Parts: sequence; C-alpha cells; structure tokens
Amino acid sequence: MAKPQLVCPAGSLPALKAAVDNGADDVYLGFRNDTNARNFAGLNFDDKAVAEGIRYAHQRGRKVLVAINTYAQAGRFADWTRSVDRAAELGVDAVIIADPAVLDYATKTHPQLRRHLSVQASATSYEAINFCRDKFGIQRAVLPRVLTLAQVENVIRHTEVEIEVFGFGSLCVMNEGRCWLSSYATGESPNTVGACSPAKYVQWEKKPTEMDVRLNGILIDRYGNDENAGYPTICKGRFEVAGATYYAMEEPASLNVLEMLPEIIRIGVSAIKVEGRQRSPTYVAQVTRNLRQAIDAAVAAPEKFAVKPAWMAELGKVAEGSQITLGAYNRPWR
Amino acid sequence: MIDTSRIPKIPSFTLPALIARIGSRLPQFPHSVNLALALNAAKRMGVLGEETLAEIEGKHFRVTVLDTGMVADFTYRQGAFRPLWNTAGKPDLQFSAALSAYLQMVSRQEDPDTLFFNRSLAIEGDTELGLRVKNMLDALEWPALSWQGLRPTFLGRG
Repeated sequence: MAKPQLVCPAGSLPALKAAVDNGADDVYLGFRNDTNARNFAGLNFDDKAVAEGIRYAHQRGRKVLVAINTYAQAGRFADWTRSVDRAAELGVDAVIIADPAVLDYATKTHPQLRRHLSVQASATSYEAINFCRDKFGIQRAVLPRVLTLAQVENVIRHTEVEIEVFGFGSLCVMNEGRCWLSSYATGESPNTVGACSPAKYVQWEKKPTEMDVRLNGILIDRYGNDENAGYPTICKGRFEVAGATYYAMEEPASLNVLEMLPEIIRIGVSAIKVEGRQRSPTYVAQVTRNLRQAIDAAVAAPEKFAVKPAWMAELGKVAEGSQITLGAYNRPWR
Repeated sequence: MIDTSRIPKIPSFTLPALIARIGSRLPQFPHSVNLALALNAAKRMGVLGEETLAEIEGKHFRVTVLDTGMVADFTYRQGAFRPLWNTAGKPDLQFSAALSAYLQMVSRQEDPDTLFFNRSLAIEGDTELGLRVKNMLDALEWPALSWQGLRPTFLGRG
C-alpha cells in the first residue's frame, strides 16, 4: 500500500524545522509578498530563509514546496513570474500554483520545475485536473475541501496526476479559490492581496462579560467569556437572519481526518496536507507529530487502525474554535 | 544550543486571586523595566528582525499578567525598548493572559492561536501590530539564544 506524503505548513524557518523534525515529508512555504495566500505582516520567507530551509530539509531527505497561489493582478504580472523565477533559482522541489497564466509561464520558462495545482485553482473534477496536466504538465493537484470521499476516489480513478487532500486545519466556506467575502467588508481578499480578513481591519474589543470582533467596523461575532473564539472571517461570524442570531454560514472548526485515514490511503491519495502557515512552530510540531504517527499506524495495519485518544486530544486542542469536523468527506447527501 | 523540548511541561494554572489583588497594588514600574531589559538583551543578540523593529518604533505596548496583577508598559524608541512612566492613554497593543499561558507560549509548548481560540490569551488594539510581533517571536531561532545563564535555575544542572 502506497504511503501518502505528509505535507506540512511553515510560516517561518523554526516552523519548517519543526515540520521536518516531527516527520513531514514535504514542507510548503510562501515568499514575503502577495503572490501567496498567507501574506501576513512579519510572516513568510526571504531568500536567505528559503535557502536555509531547503538545506535543512534536503539534508534529511525531505522536500520544500513554494506556494505561489494567488491570482496575478492586472498590470503586475511580473511580480508573479518573478516569484516563479526565484523559486526555480533557489532550487525548491515544486511550486504550487493556481493562476493558469502563472502556470503557463512556469511551464514554458522552467519546464524542469515540478508543478502542483493549488487548491485555490478550485479544480474539483478529473476533467479539470487532466486539462491542467495536458496544458501545464502538473504532477499533483490539491483538491478543494468540498468533495465527499467517494467523489475523491472517483477523481483518483480517472487521472494519473497525484491527488493531495487536506487532512487537518481551519476550513474555508465551500467556495475555495472563488471567495470574495473578505472583500465585501474590506475590499481585500486572498485572491487580490493574499490575505483573508487582513489584520489592519480587525478590531477585538474586550468588555467585562463579552468580547466583540469587528472587521472594518462590521460586527462579526460577540463571544461570551466562556465561549471559544475563531478567526475573524465573515464566513465564521454569527449574524441575525430572520430574527435568529447564529452561525449563518459555518461554525469555526478545524478539519480532522484521523478516523478516515485507512480509507484515504486505500483509495490512493498521494499526499495529505496540513493547513496553517499563519500558525506558530508549536502548532506545526504538534499537528505533524500526531499525523505522522497516525499515518504510519494506518499504513502498517489498516484493519487494526484505531484512533488514539491522545492524538485526538492534542489535535482538538489546537483546532480553530477548539472543535473538529470531518467536513465534506462524509457528507451523507449528494 | 537550547532544546526547548527539555523544558518541563508547564501545566495550565491560575494563581490564587489574592496574589493579583496584592500584585496590582504594588508599583508596576519595575516590571516594565525588567521586560524592557530582557527585550533589549534579545535585541543585542540580533535575533529580533530589524524590519519588524522599524515597524514598532514609538508604539506603546502593555503586557498584563492577570493572575499576578502585573502590568508592564513599554515602548520601542531609537533602537531600544524603554519602560514607560506615563501609562495614561490607550496602548497601541495590549496582551493579557495568566502567567501559565505566557510561560507555555515562550517555551513553545502552546501555540498563541490555540491560546487565543480557547480564550486564555486576549489581544486588543492594533491587530496588525499584534500579528507582526507574534510572527517576529515565532521566527526567533532559539539556538541563536544563549540560555546557558538561565539553565541552572530553570532546569537544574546536568
């Protein structure tokens, strides 16, 4: 049985080292600009840090992937091609790209550089993935978190492109790569500036019995003192709809596929991704360590696989809103 | 080279309320001086990103330890962290948490977002500034720090 690669996030060099030290096969990162979808203040890698990260990973037989996964803005296409050139010159193992024009540039300019199709490309069918294989020679595609496991299996059966799925981390509303909710409140969103709910628009206000969070002045949520919090995104806010106030789109929660691991491996998934480049090296170490153990156990003896309470406890603790979900994978309806 | 995994696991705890009641009545300036000294020591080691330091010039920070009643106000100006005597006015950025949450964070035993999600850590003021500071701390390479002086008291010899 093929063992899926464990693909872990890094927003800094210590996070990259934490991923490698705790058993990641691949580590993905972004440059310090808006060509990646985690363009937050003080996060990400300059060339020196990328070079050191590659040295550290390669010495230990692991790979470094660079996400260039936002859409090139009008008049600034050169910023995206420069990021692709930088990744190639630095000697990364693959680039993760969403924009077809950027993919086309990478294909023609650096044909030897391995290309992955980003989740932000929103390719959910094998037809879309095979089109990108024919046009851009992609070797791996990251599936949006909107498919059931049966649908993922169907995609895998109809393509030889490696399929990567999300295994753990914060969820987006079911519109990946096409979401403009952040722009509705701020004029900025992942596809335009590389950040959802940019921090400069976020205001947390602690009061004696509650905490308010506003995005560009719009009240997103109000937490009681005993309630867990989430990221300040519109999709995870509570709003008044038809007289009732509740999570109108989705609850803050993290995807966690541990209990489905044997199935994910059986259907031939090539790689399992962890979300969270914005998080600290501590999170990366905690999540990588637990998924490493779980994947190894599920590959060694799938029929005997049982989720250890200790894995669930640590993953549940670091989850957004302190709660986990299987997301779309086990959606009963079609 | 420090191995943060060797630091004993720090449990979540809250000190008795009496400590905060007494602590909050004591002069707070020594805390500000101590924190500024520690930050300047880290700066001299060259581990704090220059780019981030330029961004925090002139900002008023407040760190509150809820269960000890400690409040430290400081700023970064002209190349150094400085304690603030005059703490009137709203700080640009304010962190508040119990002592155990800060210890878990600096020893890299808990992730700041995790502590934020479970409401152990509160951040108020300029959120982007907070993110910048958090990311600067996350990018710190512990091996570059010399913890030799701390080790005997923190971990015991050997």
